[in-house]
Order: sequence, then structure tokens, then C-alpha cells
Amino acid sequence: MPSYSVRINDRTHQIEGQPDDSLLSVLRYELDLTGSKFGCGEGACGACTVLVDNQATRSCVTRLAAVAGKSVTTIEGLAGTPLHPVQDAFLEAEAFQCGYCTPGMVMATVGLLRTNPEPSDADIARLLDRNVCRCGTYPRIVRAVKLAAERMRKTDTVGAKVEVRR
Amino acid sequence: MTRSSDSEVDIEIERYELTEAPRYTFEVDRRDFMRIFGAMGGGLLVFASMPGAAQESGRTGQQTVSSDVSAWVHVDERGHITGYTGKTEIGQNIRTSLTQAIADELRVTIDRVSLVMADTDLVPFDQGTFGSQSTPRMAPQLARAAAAAREMLLDRAAAQWNVERSTLAVKDGRIVGPGHSAGYGEITKGQKLAGAVPAGASPSRIADWMVRGTPQKKVDGVAFVTGRHRYTPDITRPGMLYGVVIRPDGYAGTLGSLDDGAARAMAGVTVVRDGTFAGVVAPTDRLARKAASSVKAEWRVSADLPSSQTVYDHLKKTATTGGGRGGAPTVAGDVSAARAAAAWTFDASYRIPYIAHVPLEPRSAVAEWSEGKVTVWTGTQRPFGVRTELADAFRIPETQVRVIVPDTGSAYGGKHTGEFAVEAARLAKAAGKPVKLVWTRVEEFRFGYFRPAGVIDVKTGVDADGRITAWEFDNWNSGPSAIQTPYDIPNRRIQFHQSESPLRQGSYRGLAATAKHYVREMHMDAIARALGVDAVEFRLKHLKDERMRNVLTAAAQKIGWPKASSTNRALGIACGTEKGSYVATAAELSPAGKAFKIERLVVSFECGAIVNPDGLTNQVEGSIVQGLGGALFEAIEFAEGRLLNGSMAQYRVPRFKDIPPIEVVLLNRKDLPSAGAGETPIVCVAPAIGSAARNFGTVATELPVKLV
Repeated sequence: MPSYSVRINDRTHQIEGQPDDSLLSVLRYELDLTGSKFGCGEGACGACTVLVDNQATRSCVTRLAAVAGKSVTTIEGLAGTPLHPVQDAFLEAEAFQCGYCTPGMVMATVGLLRTNPEPSDADIARLLDRNVCRCGTYPRIVRAVKLAAERMRKTDTVGAKVEVRR
Repeated sequence: MTRSSDSEVDIEIERYELTEAPRYTFEVDRRDFMRIFGAMGGGLLVFASMPGAAQESGRTGQQTVSSDVSAWVHVDERGHITGYTGKTEIGQNIRTSLTQAIADELRVTIDRVSLVMADTDLVPFDQGTFGSQSTPRMAPQLARAAAAAREMLLDRAAAQWNVERSTLAVKDGRIVGPGHSAGYGEITKGQKLAGAVPAGASPSRIADWMVRGTPQKKVDGVAFVTGRHRYTPDITRPGMLYGVVIRPDGYAGTLGSLDDGAARAMAGVTVVRDGTFAGVVAPTDRLARKAASSVKAEWRVSADLPSSQTVYDHLKKTATTGGGRGGAPTVAGDVSAARAAAAWTFDASYRIPYIAHVPLEPRSAVAEWSEGKVTVWTGTQRPFGVRTELADAFRIPETQVRVIVPDTGSAYGGKHTGEFAVEAARLAKAAGKPVKLVWTRVEEFRFGYFRPAGVIDVKTGVDADGRITAWEFDNWNSGPSAIQTPYDIPNRRIQFHQSESPLRQGSYRGLAATAKHYVREMHMDAIARALGVDAVEFRLKHLKDERMRNVLTAAAQKIGWPKASSTNRALGIACGTEKGSYVATAAELSPAGKAFKIERLVVSFECGAIVNPDGLTNQVEGSIVQGLGGALFEAIEFAEGRLLNGSMAQYRVPRFKDIPPIEVVLLNRKDLPSAGAGETPIVCVAPAIGSAARNFGTVATELPVKLV
């Protein structure tokens, strides 16, 4: 079986697999990184969203061969303690119900804020539109994204970690 | 219909969602106390029973508690408190609200309380998590147990310290009195105390709530934002294998021939055949899917199956009159005479399509056999019902089955059955190792079940004063519940007709109420329009129920009824009641080509005393968003035994771009017991939008709402 070198959460892994194995199945089955969720397997719900070279990517429709030599960040690699500002914002806005979409939403938001640090409501709706929250917490997620954006901008200008109330 | 003695709320439960779980009597005697203590350590254990059930009081563990024990609360030797309930957490956030109830009665902060939920070996029997019952029925049970535990701790402390009990008080998780102060753990240390809630005991008055009634964050929110929480598809067991079930291409089909030669030739693959069941097991998910796709199966599909176009005729044609589930109509007065004497009559026929729940966590299970006993982790709303399904399927006693439900990635009424648990257990039995089975999204659509399709005919008569005098309401297939009208109409004939459903159907959020409210409210709107009277005034003229009048008035006021915010916009409104709570929804629309755009939604909601205001707002918003799907675009299309839009890409669910500003008005009735809130807010979304759209043209009589 071919072997692929992939950097996952800042560690290089040699992964044996077929070129068209999905990145999601590698994460979940080979590495037991189950924070990225299986929702549809069609790239249509976003529950499996991870960052590939800092870009939000649907891991269920991403081939293993396509991430060879690249850097993958999953929800497990996002932060430890303290949490990432996006995670804190989701907690503060209570931007979830069942939570199944949450890791994908968080990763999609992190990706979004990397390219657009000050998104409008319309930007958020457009850029997160491929992520589904079937419980319907969209208004809260929009609030969480804006809250996180505001805090991350502050961190950037002050150059210091912003204290986040939890 | 049953009456809940503690909430004075009538609850209708859809008959088809109850698969008649065998009557289960939970008996706890001293040995069981000891067994439970063995698992939990010492401390204090208090059992609660449903009101009305035979109970025995006592505080020393000498008696046998033999009754419908519904919950228990344990205070351990470190003073940590654990509640045990058969309810499941599926995103409705009862893990938080039930924790609030326990913490409140034991006068501690909620971080001192945990909940063990939906593990059939650890918790008392529970019928299932549906019908918005957790808040009106389970929360008072846990509260009674916690309150009894508090009183027992006081008794104990008074005895230990040899002081008057009346000199002692409970504060911040401690018993305090003159010269004494001890944590709960110190009082229960080294003890094994057990008791039952005394008959007639009631939890604190709503006016005395300290933790309930305040906004609380999801108790284990961090586990979700970090991805640490393990849902069923995330669970692994040592030596676990992966399973796939062989299925037809369409939603229907009986197995004809099957050639599994290629799969059997694959190293490590086990093919499982049992009657019409066929599946494969392999050490990796990849190999299991490869093996499954190598199986050549022929499926027989009957000819002339109804399609999503012909299903409505089919439902009427196959209806059974009288008997069966249909039963007799509800009749009041003389509807024919009233129609004949009416100044105006109105007739309409509405069509309701099948829609899908689409829970983001697919149906899945991990099954493990050990010495004849099977343990299954699965996302279901009915852990004890699934335990029965497993016991029946494998012809073993229920004591040999353990069902554990991890907090689940939503359900919305779609996870009442346990076929995926049975399938995983069958594969695991054959393989001799634990097996994980996760349905694909396509399997979810094809082999789950849908909200029923239906046809609803409504015929009314209105007298010269503009008062409705006759109301005929015939409903084919969309469920027997929520069929009565809340409006004050003297002559009525209301009937449910059972039909043969071509697609598998079952419970859904709000049960049958989404369809009934759509038709009832659209018809009320149509009459008001025809008479040229205000739609809110017209409803109020026919409403005696003060709670309904209040939500309707609140929504109308908030949206600025009857004037839209600008001249090209239009308003619509609807109200309803279900599961003991009340909702009104108002919509503001603008025209957009031949369609319309929703500019704003207002929802007013009243469910008695509010337990967790922020959690409630979240549930109301979520219901409204889910309601938008059925109102605007959700409908299952099918023909010749196949679904035509049975995938995530094809079946449109609400997304970010579909969400208008939603304003929630909560009416807090601290004088009324709390009712559930996870379902009712969904019921008026479609008629609010539909009635607003009528200002731009004729609205089709088939959901989703569209202009024709």
C-alpha cells in the first residue's frame, strides 16, 4: 500500500493508504481523531471541516493523496488550554444545541477569519453557507463569529492575549 | 390521551410512535440498593416515583421500593451529586435544565451535579424522550428526589449533632446550624443511606427557584467546542470491526438473488446472511465498503408504486373508514345544519409532503457481545425501546441487553427505532468481535423514516356576524394528534383517516401539529381575507383561551401589526398550541420576482415558568429555523421505488443564507408549571409565511409555500 507523509496537528505522520481514501477516514479511523465528524460524505454539510494549509477544507471529499506534504489542522490541534478565541466565542454565544456541527463550524470560522478578519453578516452567511447546523443555531453562530473576530483583531493590534471570560 | 397529574397539561402522543414496549416494573430491594452503592460508592440514594404510583416512604433503606421508579439522585461521600434518568440528550439541552432542577433543590451550584442519562443498566426505565415530556414530568421527579435528599441530610445532621432539626439550614451545599457546619459528603461519609421520596412531597415553589429560572450555559459545552465529546460514530472498542449492510438501490425492495462470492474471497471479510438480512464485516471501514460493493444482489420492487405526485390520491384511496387507527370523528353540534344555514361557506384541500429529519449524526451503533450479553452504544430517543427490540431480535431476556446512549447529534423525532442497533448487534454476533455500523447519508434518507405526508380537507360555514359556526376537518394520514381546533366553534366534525403510506413514516418535531396548524391557520386567514376583516381580530373573536390570546397579541404588537414596515412589504400571522405551550409567529415578506423574500420573523412563545431563558430562546430559534425548511423548500420526491432527492446535496435544508432576522418574545408565566419547548415553536412558521405571501398572489395549497 502506498505511504503518504502528512503533517497533522504539527506532527508528521507516515500514513499507509489508498490515494483515494478520504482524509476524514484517515483522521477518524487511522488516527482516532474523531473531533472531525462524518455528516454526509458528500462535502455538503461541513461537519468534517478541517484546515489544509490554513484553508477550511471538507475532509470527507479530500483525497489522502491530495494532502501529501501538506499541513492539516483538526479541531484537536486547534488549541488546548486556554481555548482558541473562536471556541470561546461559540461557548459564550451558546452557538450550538446538539454540537455535532460545532467542530466543523469552529474550523470553518477559523479559516474564514484568516482571510477575512472583519466579516459582515453577509460575508459570514456566504462563506459558511456550506456548513449545516440542523438544530438551526445560525443566528448564534453569526454572533459567535463576530465576537471572535472582534477579539482576535484586538489581540492582533495589542499583540497580547486577550483575556476571555468563560 | 393521558393527563399528567403534576402539570395539568393534556398530552397527545402519536399512536404510531409507541411500539408498545412491554410493561416494565422496576423493583428495587435491599440487594439492589447494595448493587447500586457498589457501583456508586456509599452515600445517600433517593428514589422518585411518578405521582400516582404506589410508593413507600422511609429513610433507612429497610423497605422495598417496588413501584414505577422514574429517577434517582445520589449524594456521594465527597458531596458530589448525581442524578439518574432514562431521558436522552439530543441537543434539546435537558442535561443542563435537569441539572438545574437538582442543583436548585440541594442548594448547590450546577458544577456540583452530574447526570447519568440513558444507560439501561444504570438508570430507571423511561418510555423515551419525545412529546416534550422531560421538562413537565422528568424535571419534577428529579427535583422531588433532590428535595427529599436535602431533607434526609438535615435529619441526619440533626441526629449526628444531637440538635433540634429546626435550628439547621442548608446553604451552598452545606448543613449549617449553631456551632455546626458540614458538607454533604461529611454527613454521608461511610454510610449507605437509601430512601424514597415521601408520598405527597413536592419540589420547591417556582417563586423560590434560585438556579432554575436563570440562564445557564450548556453544562459540558467545552466537550463540544473541542470535539472531545464522543458521539456514537466516534466510539471505538478494542478489536472493533466495521460493518456495512447490503441494501437495495431504492427505498423499497425484497431480496431476490445474492452473489457474495467476491466478498467471501476477501481476506478478513465476514459475510453475514440471516433470512433477508445480509451484511459484511471487515477490519477496516474501507475494506467493509469494498466488500459490500462487490456483493451482487437483485431486489424485487413491486410495480405501480405511488410517486410524490400521485401519493395524495393514494392516501385518500387507501383510507380505512372507521375502526383501526382512524376511528370515529369528533363531533359537536350539527355541522351539516350549520353549513346549510351559513351566510358564507369555505372549502379547501391542502397537501402536505413527506419531509426528512436529517439529523447531522447519522443513525449508528457500536455493538459488543460478552458471555451472551450484548452492549450497544447508539443514538436513539428510546433506549429502553431499543433494548426491547434487541431482546426480541435475538430472543434473549432484556437483562442480557444494555443500551447506552451517548449525548446524540440530534434526532427531531427521527430516532425512535433501533434497527441500526439490531443490525450492528447481528454483525457483531457473527463476527465474534465488537462492530461499528454508521449509516451513510443515503441510507439515512432511504431507510430512516419521514414526517407523514397528508391530505387535509377543511369545510367551514360563517354566519352573518362573521362568526364561524361550522368546522369540518378531515385529515388523511398526517397523524391523529393535534387535530382539534383551539377556536370556539359550536358545530364541528373532525376526523383522522388512516391510510397506507408508501414511504416509511413516523414521528417528527411537533408531531402531526406542523401539518394541522398549517391548514387550520391558512384557512382562518383565508376566511378573514374573504370577509375583509383583520386576521388578528378575527382570531381573537374565536379565542377564549387567555394564553393563546396573549401570545397572538404579543407577536402582533412586536411586528407592528397590521402595518408592514414599508409599503411594498406584507405581514402574515399564525398562532397555535401544542404540548401545553403556546406560540404565535408573524412574518414580514417582500416580493422577489415571482416569489418572495422573508424580511423578518417574530415569534412569541409561552411555556409556563421558564427554567433556562437562554436555553429556551435557543430552542425557539432552532424550531423556527427548522420550520423554515418545511415552509420553504423541504419535500421528499420519489417515484418507482426510488427517492429522487435522497442526498444532502439534493435535499435542501435551511442554511445561513436562508435565515432572516428572528425576534423571540418569551412570555414567562411563573404562576404556571413549566411545559416542554423543543417542539411547539415550529408549528406556526409555515402558515405565518403562507398567509403573508397571499398579499402577493395566490398561494399553492401544497407545502412548501409557493406562489402560483
